[in-house]
Formats: sequence, C-alpha cells, structure tokens
Amino acid sequence: MKLRLNLRQKDIGIAWLLVIPSLLVILGVTLWPIIYTFFLSFYNVQAGLNAVRTFVGLDNYLTMIKDQVFWETIGRTAYFTGVSVSLEIVLGLAVAQLITSKPWGWQFLRFALIIPWAVPTIVNGAMWRWIYSSDFGALNGLLYQLGLIRHYIPWLSNPNYAMNLVIVADVWHMMPFVALVMQAALAGLSPELEEAAAVDGANAWQRFWLIRLPLLRPALLVALVARTVDAFRVFDIVYIITAGGPAFRTATITYLTYLTTFAYGKQGLGAALSFLISAFILVMAFIYIRILYRPEEI
Amino acid sequence: MHSHSRFLDLYVILTVILVAAGCQTTATSAPNATAAPATAVSNATAAPTAAVAPVTIHILTQDQAGMKPAEIDQIARDFEALNPGIKVSMEYVGYDAIHDKIVTAMAANPPGYDASMIDVIWPDEFIKAGYLLDVTNRITPEMKTGIFPASWNGVTRGGKVYGMPWLMDVKYFMYNKDILAKAGIANPPATWEELVTQAKTIKDKSLVEFPINWSWNQKEGVVCDFTALLFGNGGAFLDASGKPIFNNDKGVQVLTWMKQTIDEGISNPSAVSSDEGAVEASFLAGKAAFAVNWMNQYADSNNPASSQIVGNAAFAPMPVFAAGAAAGIKSASVDGSSSFAIMATSPYKDQVWKFLVYLTSNEIQMKFSAEMLPIWQNDFSGALLTELEGKTPTNPVTVPAFLAQFPYANERPTVPYYNEGSAALQLAIQEALTGVKSPKDALDAAAAKWVELAG
Amino acid sequence: MRWRKILPKLLLTLCTLPILFFIFFPVLWLFSTSLSNQVELYAVPPHWIPQHPVLRNYLEIINPALATTAVPRTFAVALWNSFKISSIVTIVCLVIGSMAAYALVRISFGFNQVIRVGVMAVRMVPEVSLIIPLYVIASSLQLINKPIVLIITYMSFALPYAIWLLAAYFQSVPIELEEAARLDGCSRIGILFRIVMPISVPGLVSTAMFVFLLSWDEFFYALIFTSTLAAKTAPVAIAEFIGRYNININGMMAGGVLVAIPPVLLALVFQRYIVSGMTVGAVKG
Repeated sequence: MKLRLNLRQKDIGIAWLLVIPSLLVILGVTLWPIIYTFFLSFYNVQAGLNAVRTFVGLDNYLTMIKDQVFWETIGRTAYFTGVSVSLEIVLGLAVAQLITSKPWGWQFLRFALIIPWAVPTIVNGAMWRWIYSSDFGALNGLLYQLGLIRHYIPWLSNPNYAMNLVIVADVWHMMPFVALVMQAALAGLSPELEEAAAVDGANAWQRFWLIRLPLLRPALLVALVARTVDAFRVFDIVYIITAGGPAFRTATITYLTYLTTFAYGKQGLGAALSFLISAFILVMAFIYIRILYRPEEI
Repeated sequence: MHSHSRFLDLYVILTVILVAAGCQTTATSAPNATAAPATAVSNATAAPTAAVAPVTIHILTQDQAGMKPAEIDQIARDFEALNPGIKVSMEYVGYDAIHDKIVTAMAANPPGYDASMIDVIWPDEFIKAGYLLDVTNRITPEMKTGIFPASWNGVTRGGKVYGMPWLMDVKYFMYNKDILAKAGIANPPATWEELVTQAKTIKDKSLVEFPINWSWNQKEGVVCDFTALLFGNGGAFLDASGKPIFNNDKGVQVLTWMKQTIDEGISNPSAVSSDEGAVEASFLAGKAAFAVNWMNQYADSNNPASSQIVGNAAFAPMPVFAAGAAAGIKSASVDGSSSFAIMATSPYKDQVWKFLVYLTSNEIQMKFSAEMLPIWQNDFSGALLTELEGKTPTNPVTVPAFLAQFPYANERPTVPYYNEGSAALQLAIQEALTGVKSPKDALDAAAAKWVELAG
Repeated sequence: MRWRKILPKLLLTLCTLPILFFIFFPVLWLFSTSLSNQVELYAVPPHWIPQHPVLRNYLEIINPALATTAVPRTFAVALWNSFKISSIVTIVCLVIGSMAAYALVRISFGFNQVIRVGVMAVRMVPEVSLIIPLYVIASSLQLINKPIVLIITYMSFALPYAIWLLAAYFQSVPIELEEAARLDGCSRIGILFRIVMPISVPGLVSTAMFVFLLSWDEFFYALIFTSTLAAKTAPVAIAEFIGRYNININGMMAGGVLVAIPPVLLALVFQRYIVSGMTVGAVKG
C-alpha cells in the first residue's frame, strides 16, 4: 500500500512532518497556558494553597468592565499606543524620506538608526529614567545649560508629563525600526510612476501623497500593526521608568494585569484582564488581516 | 464575500486552537502526574534519613540589604560543614522581585523555595494563603527571650509564630551638620513644624534649594514615610475594629502638610518620583539638609567614593508634629524589618529550620554584624556592645541611633490585603501631592477602598 | 548653478542633525555615565565628559574579584547566560521554524492558512498572563532555574515570529527553481535544505537577528523563572542594580553599555540583511 501513495499524499505527510515540531512547541508553550488562563478567568481564585476556586462565570469580566479604573487604564494605554505609534510612523516615514533623498552622510544616518533599535528595552528604560532624573538628569542639565529652564524640573513627578516622557523613550527605541522598514520599502519603489507624474505637472507634494504613499501602504500597515500590538502590551519600560506613577498616571493595562495577578493575588481577575487585552489586540489585528491579508499569495 | 471567508478563517482557527489545546492538556499533565509521586517518595526517604542522602534546600533572599551575599554564602558553607546531610542553595534577587517570586513559586508543589526572606508587610497575606509554616513549637525559650520583642511581633499572628526574625530596620532622620551650622542652627528639629522653620532659614540663605528629600514615589516607600508622619501626628491607620481611620483629621493634616512642603519648596518636588536611592543621592551630594531614609544611608555618606558630605551626616530622632509632641509622642518612625519564613509545602522543613536557627543565631549575627545589627538584645549591653561597636567605624554612631529610634518604630497595617490597600494609599497620597485631588478626597477614596477590601 | 544643486542638499543635511542628536544624545550620556565615579555622577550641571573618568564600573564586571557588591560581581555570568540562551533559541527557531515555514508556503496540506494566521494570533496575549501556568509546567518538569526553562518559554514568542518572517521570505524565492529541482528527482526535504535555504541566506540571517534580539531583550520570564546564577539573564541583572535602598547608577549604565554592545554590533554587521528582512516582511506580510 505504501508504495501506492501518490505524490500529493506523500507531500502532505512531509508537510506535517515539517510543521509538527513547531506546532508542538507552540501548543506547549503558548496554547496550553492560554487555555489554562482562559479557564482561570471564569473563577474567583483565592491565592493560596487551599485555594478555593469558585466558578463565577463572567463575573471577573463584568467586574472589570464596570470598574472605572479599568477604563481609565485602557484610556491611558490607548493614549500611549496612539501617540507613540503615530509619532513613530510619522517620524519614521520622514526620516526614511530624508535618507532616500540622500543628503551628505545618509549612510551614516542609516547606520545610526540601528543603534537605538538594538539597545535592549531594559537598558532603554534605565537610561531614560536616569536622563529624566530631577536632580541630576541630563534633560534638566541640557535645558538648563541652553538657558531654556531656570530651575530643574521634576519631570516624572508631574502627572501631565510622565506618560509623554515614557512615550519619548519608546519613540527613541522604536522609531528607527519604522524608519528602516520605510526606507527599505521606499528603496524598492520604481521611480517611473513618479517621473511620469512629474512630466504631467504634479508637484512634489502631490507626488508624495498620490503616488508614493499609496505604494507604501503595505509597508506602512505592517509597521503600524507590529507597533500597535507591541505598544498596547507595553510593560517593561513602565516597570523600570515609573512603576506606574505618579498617581497611577503611567499605569498601562498590562501593568494593571501584573499588579492584579501578582501584587494583589487576584489571579482570576488578572486572567480576565489579559483576555480583555487580547480581545482589544485581536480586534486591531483583525482590522489588519482584513486590510492586508491576501489569500491569493498563499 | 472575501470578508466572510476571513471570518470563517478566524472561526476555524479558534476551533483548531481549542481542539488542539484539549489534546495538549492531557499530554502535559502526564509528566505532572509522574513527577508528583517521585517527589513524594523522595520526601518520605529524605526527611528521616537526612544524613544518608544529602538534601538541597533552596532559600530566597535579597542581595541588597543586610548581610552581603558573600557573607551569607560563607555562613551557608560553614553550616554545610557542620551538617553534612544538608546542602544550602542561596538565591539572591532584587527586592522588587521577591514577592512575585514567592507567589509564583507557591503555585508549584514542591515549591520553588523552601524558605524565603519575608518583608514585614507580607506575613498576613502569605499566612492567609497558607504559604508559611507555623513554627511556634520550634521556638526555644532562649530565642523567645533573647530576641527583641518587636522582632517577634513582625512574625507573630494570633499567638502563632511564622518565621525567624532576621533584620531590624527602621527609617531614620538624618541631617547635614555642615549645612545646619552654616545656617546658624544649633540643634536638629524636634518637630516637623520646627523643621519647616529651619528649612526656610536654610532656603533663605541659599544653602540648598530644597532642604529635605523623601521617597514619595509610587512604591512602598511613600507609605513608609506617611506612616512615620501619621503616627507622629498622633494618627493611626486602623481603629480597634479594623476600620480605616487614616483619613480622619490627623491623616488629612499630615497629607496637607506633605503637599504644603512641596508647594513651599521645602520638600524637593522630585520626591513624588524619588525612591530611597534618589533621596540618598541628593543627601550625599550635599543638596539636601535633611533626609528620611534607612540605616544604610549613614555608612554611604561616609564613603568618600560616593559621598561629598563625608563626616557631615548625623542622626536625630525622627521628629513628630507639635500636636503629637503635645500628646506625649517623643518620636515616630516606621518598621522595615524582615524575617525568614519556611514555606508550608517544603519537603525539608526540619533541615531548613536547622539552617535558619544557625543563620539567625547570636554568634553568627555578631560575627557578621558589619552590614546589619544583630536581633539579639544582649548584644546591645556590656562587653558585647563594646565588641559590636568595634566592628565598623560607623557602628559607634549607628548602634546608639538604632537603640534610640527602634522603640518608636510603628507598624504598617497587618492585613492580608495589604498590597492592594497600600497601592490605594500610594495612589491617594500621590494624587494629593500632584494636586489632582484634595488630601481629604484622596484619603477618603483610599479609605473606601480599604473598607471594600476588608469586606 | 552649482548653488542650486548644493543648497537643497545642504538643507537636507542640516535636517539630519537634530535626528542624529536625538539618536546619539541618550547613548552618549549612557556611555559618559558609565565612566563616571559616584561623586561626578551627581554633578550639577552634569559633566558631559567625565573630568575624572574611571573604568571601575567595567572592571568590576569584567573582573568579579574587584566588585564590592553582588550585582556587578555576577553580571558577567548573566551576560554569558543571555548569550547562551539567545543563541540556542535562535538556532532552534531557525531549524524548526524554517521547516514549518517552508511547508506552510509551499505544500498545500489543508491547514496552511489556519496555522499561519494562528501562529500570528498567539502573539497577542500578554506574557504576564502566561507566567503562572508556564511556571507550574516548568516546575513539575523540574526546570526552574535552568537555562532550558528560558529557552523553551522564549520559543513562545520567538518561534511564531521566526515562522512569520521565514514564510514571508520563502514565498519570495522563485518557485521555478524548486520545480526544476523536483524534476531532477530532489525530495522536498532536499529542496528545502539544498535549494531554498541557501538562496534564503539573507532571510535566515535577518530572522536570526530578530529572534536573537527578542530573546536577548526578554525581561519578565527571566525575572520570574530564574533566581540563581545558573540562568539569570543580563536584563534581570540590569534591573537588580536598582536596589531596595539605593541605585548603583553608574554600575547600571556600565552594565547597560555591555548588554547593548552585542546586539548593536550584530545589527551593524548584518545591517544589510536586517533591512532586506524588513522589506520582505513589509511587502509580503
């Protein structure tokens, strides 16, 4: 019988053979924990050895949805995500444009962009925390020496500044990534269309908006979605720079999940929170799939 | 049409995920099932015949306060030499990680650690969760009477003892002698009101911009400082029935005072984002005349490698408010002690206890007292006191400072929901300090949260 | 005439200056701090270039015998752990990831789309929420505090990412080459290893870079799953410079520079591949 297997069936066997190691790993290290957490999210879990787990149905989800803190935190996280991702995209695109127009030293600029992106997140957080230091930080020192401020400013003590300062740290870290993606995409565009448009009398601005940007759409969307998914789950940088302060003004949704699960010992509630986060991200990713996913390519 | 098929795709994906995970659940639980009896067997054999098969005990502690890791490692090696059946594996991590690690480690059985350092604010939560072993019957009369009663309070709940005291710490009030002298101030402040007056003098003479710094960032440090101030004003966290009263007049006065000192430039406005490290940095740079901090700041201030104020730091009793002083309160600070507790599910309870007794014994604590003061009372009198004071150049100053301040250490509330309650309090204090809410509104909201948590 | 050409170029070049400043100011400050002693660290206004530069912060890390505190003493070990763990994760991800990616894009076996999209979907759950179940499994398998626990858990984010990138890359390999090879009697596996992988070296290198960086960067799993030197990683060691009572800022910055050097060097050396990997990811995503 085996000899009679046709090529297609044999291929299917090989395909499974190739896929199975990865599938096993992914099932073991992500799907099983996800399912476990999913079940937990329907229970009231008293942290502890003789933990009484009581089934509470959707209570954890409802508690969160009714909790003002939850929505404030979602709002803050959306603010962080919206502002940092748009800054990264806009600045990244601008920097990519700049490199493409080849000013003197453009190779050096492209080379330099790699550095912030390769700096580990924890180092990035520690570095900015020190830059923002009220009494000894570089930001105050620089502004003071330039004569822009007369007194050192306690940056991270100000509830209106703190989140924006975390955003600056994130933009420093990830804008170069967007710029490199955009620059690579720009380099791949053929100049003919734009040259033709120029012959037809389109000015540079029109050419950018009407021709270049639409052609960049796939690259833009990849950058947008990759950054959105990561920014919405931001944790490390908040943990290191502000620990959620001042007055909870930099506590993002993942940070709240962390506090709920570990510090407050409410694992069921934490599990529900993480699924709410995933739901938000899934909605965003779904929009991404709708726009980008082209079945004919597979 | 296309969008429909995409919906379908997602649906299919989710189904596959669920089905696949269903299979996976049983697959991963298999090793779980086999692992459990294996450990049970090793428990049964290891406990009675410790001398035959060496057991390894895992102990979690921090690498940042108290004895240095190298010293504890030394103690562990000495212990192993005396007890051939026991191997001690010390695990040193950052303080911020310990609580989360205990919570995670206890989800497994046997737990990841056999014993851990426990901060003074954790026992209630961990006891309620059943994590800590009741060691009441293991405590000898010598231990009971030899160790400071305050240390026992930190590990005793409802008459039962849940750990061995390890490190006694308390927040201290320190000042810069040089700055006070330049300002013409003879004595450090006895009350917080006096501190404000002195600070204004110092500010007027432009000696420093912000005379005092605090650790009021959104972590436990702000609650520690608030505790000292609250008790110094004759306030308290909870009444006899456990109802929060930190939002009464006394509490509101304290928080209003904190906010006011920031507005007047007496407290460094960066306090709202400063931890103890930042407080120490500004004090050691000579940018603060006063600082409220833990003991270690003193030794650091005399280290020329890190300090610009060598020889200028001095202790004074933690001030109180005038109202508190009128009510007879001499000083008020906050307890920051820690202990070692055995995990209730540890298979090696006896071996761990043996090690903890050794680690906290008077001989060991005396021998390694350069980095932390002993918990044994008799080390603070007679010949042992002389020996203790001779251990380091700073001990002649820190030992009397400790003896003067420790009796006035106040406890933060001993409730199982402390972490969440503390977070609510941190939020309230920071909201008031940053002007988001009035002190009264902020504390009322926190008190309401405490009531909710208690219910 | 010449000015008309030079002026725009000059203006553009001037535009690069604030960007370069934004990029370099923080890292140069990081570097400067790492060379400062404790006293100079707290100078006001800051000494941009240390007047008394010291190498002590680095020496303490490189030669643990000099270190006076635990964190720098153990930092070199943490760096080495990070290197080991990230390298192994990278190799495993490349091998099994490229197998899966190839099957997903080249052999229609009925579940291609499902698996491909599913692989992406698992990236959306925050890792904070997977820690406790992962700990329970790892602990029942006696893996806690061993590098293997991080190698396995890092797969949870590294492998989907690798599959996603490699699938995008393999798709760009001309299928005609494979067809020719098949006619010559090459097996599927043979095609993968002899034809597709050699052509895809840029994609493999860039995937390796991304996976290595992700693993090198990871903090939270490492924080919870390891506490001994056997497996503690460099990001955790960085965080430990922040003590309960004080912060060793210049030590932390020296550590930060050392942790940043390997990925920055790798990224600079393989810059060409990274950009090409990004392009493929961006165009074919």
